[in-house]
Amino acid sequence: MSIDIALLLGQDGVVNGAIYALLALALVLVFSVTRVIFIPQGEFVAYGGLTLAALQEGRGPGTFWLLCAVRVAVALADGIAALRAGSGRSLRWALAGDLGYLTLLAAVLYLAPFASWPAWVQIPLALALVVPLGPAVYRLAYQPLAGASILVLLIVSVAVHVALVSLGLLFFGAEGSQTRAFSDARLELGRVEVGAQALCVVLFSVALMAALHAFFERTSYGKALRASAMNRVGARLVGIPVGLSGRLSFALAALIGALSGILIAPITTLYYDTGFLMGLKGFVGAIIGGLASYPVAVGGALLVGLIEALASFWASAYKEVIVFALVVPVLVWRSLRTHHLEDDE
Amino acid sequence: MSEHAEQRTTSPSAEILLEVHGLGVRYGKVEALRDVHIRVGRGRIAAVIGPNGAGKTTLLSAIAGLLPCAAGQVWLDGVQIAGAAVEDNVARGLSLVPETRELFARMTVQDNLELGAFSLRRAGRRERDALLAEAFRIFPRLEERRDQLAGTLSGGERQMLALGRALMSRPRLLLLDEPSLGLAPLIVREIFQVVVGLRRRGVSVLLVEQNARAALQIADDAYLLETGEVSLAGTAQALASDPRVIESYLGLGRRGDPGV
Ligand SMILES: Nc1ncnc2c1ncn2[C@@H]1O[C@H](COP(=O)(O)OP(=O)(O)OP(=O)(O)O)[C@@H](O)[C@H]1O
Ligand SMILES: [Mg+2]
Repeated sequence: MSIDIALLLGQDGVVNGAIYALLALALVLVFSVTRVIFIPQGEFVAYGGLTLAALQEGRGPGTFWLLCAVRVAVALADGIAALRAGSGRSLRWALAGDLGYLTLLAAVLYLAPFASWPAWVQIPLALALVVPLGPAVYRLAYQPLAGASILVLLIVSVAVHVALVSLGLLFFGAEGSQTRAFSDARLELGRVEVGAQALCVVLFSVALMAALHAFFERTSYGKALRASAMNRVGARLVGIPVGLSGRLSFALAALIGALSGILIAPITTLYYDTGFLMGLKGFVGAIIGGLASYPVAVGGALLVGLIEALASFWASAYKEVIVFALVVPVLVWRSLRTHHLEDDE
Repeated sequence: MSEHAEQRTTSPSAEILLEVHGLGVRYGKVEALRDVHIRVGRGRIAAVIGPNGAGKTTLLSAIAGLLPCAAGQVWLDGVQIAGAAVEDNVARGLSLVPETRELFARMTVQDNLELGAFSLRRAGRRERDALLAEAFRIFPRLEERRDQLAGTLSGGERQMLALGRALMSRPRLLLLDEPSLGLAPLIVREIFQVVVGLRRRGVSVLLVEQNARAALQIADDAYLLETGEVSLAGTAQALASDPRVIESYLGLGRRGDPGV
């Protein structure tokens, strides 16, 4: 292997690794706060990228109808819960908020010429469509099972994954899509030529990680999330609602997923089911850190990206096999190092 | 928060802040509490003493909302709170300091305290800073260690932090579960003096203690809880002079216990 090929592969590996790292962060976050192994994480990648692609092609994205349906389901679930508890005041406010939000989105999607807008307006619009799906998924699938075992939550995750992939097929269709590149420029860095888009992916990923770090270290909601992950009883005792930390962590996971999709959509053709494999690779990175350590998860995910790039050069037919076979030594190593993962407070 | 729970079922009384009426709690088939009646007056300290396994921790957990009540009612200032969520109770001014402290071990002392004010997150920064300053005034030792991780604190400092964190939500009623557990006599005295100081500022306290001697010395009212039932109730003085209490809980073997 010549040095040029190695540098090229390294570049590929870092770009993919950056995306896997973002997904790994989301997986660690969701698991540590809610004990949910969030298999559907990858679906938000596909939803984010495909929603932006639909906006750029001037089609109203199917995500809008999905969001409407999901919000109706959430309202029903909340309504039933409120009837049982005999209250309704906060529910009316939530409903009014939902209705206002969806009306606003509908107005934009039906009246505005969004296809000709610049990317920096289209991207927030795509996020506004996709991110609210995260907390809704938590509310519908996981919140009713708050006390369940990790295994039950995992089984639910498989079901949610299948449901979201099917809905993706229904609302986005089977064709793949790509979005416009943020920039087509190519930069000479020493002897390698780097695509500006690839550089964007890495820079945005680093920026997003820095933003997440600041959120966890500086804001009261970020600290509340960390506290919920560290000690559930303690978090309840200081008045952090279990539902709030759940919704917040799922919203962040959806945001991270959708942004990842938007970042890679210009360089990869996304299909409704593309996210799954990416999510799994993020998961491999995350379990290197025991689903508990953010920095190790990032490092692990980068490693996965680099190994994948090398594997695609040496044995491209076995690329996925090699990456997922990584799980075995990782699990053996972790089982030797830790005695229990489950109640690691 | 449920509208139902907000309805006043009894009129708020000038003297009673917490009223527990006929409370029953079960762990599956096991009945841990049966028909428990307890009252905590405004600005008063009520102590609950009793042997291991009597159900003292269960009582506080059920009042705080950590455990569901199988029977009975709980009123805080005339508002029915049985079955309410913990976070709603915290917002109403009821804070529990559990036997197990439940600190955020890998966060600093200051972060732990600030999280204690999470229910006041909509209040201004200045208000929360004032509460933090107040907590540091009560426990100067915490200020010295504000950047230390809670998990590295000594037992006494942990108890101070747990108490300080609970105070950050500006409670009207504090539920304290065995604050003296595992602490040296000097620290026990310090903590109990803080509790007495809180009463002076109008905070009511429901205090669960193994250390009956110390608890009865600072309490106004007292209850003896045995196998899930209140077997004796009265003023702290009356309980302290009850022959049964003297024999079982203040007996000779315990004379060496720290007083206040
Ligand atoms: N989660 C649980 N499941 C089943 N039984 C429980 C549970 N928690 C407590 N119990 C039982 O309920 C009874 C009361 O327990 P509790 O912890 O309230 O006692 P306590 O008075 O606080 O005792 P101690 O002084 O030792 O702290 C005990 O018999 C205990 O075994
Ligand atoms: Mg106890």
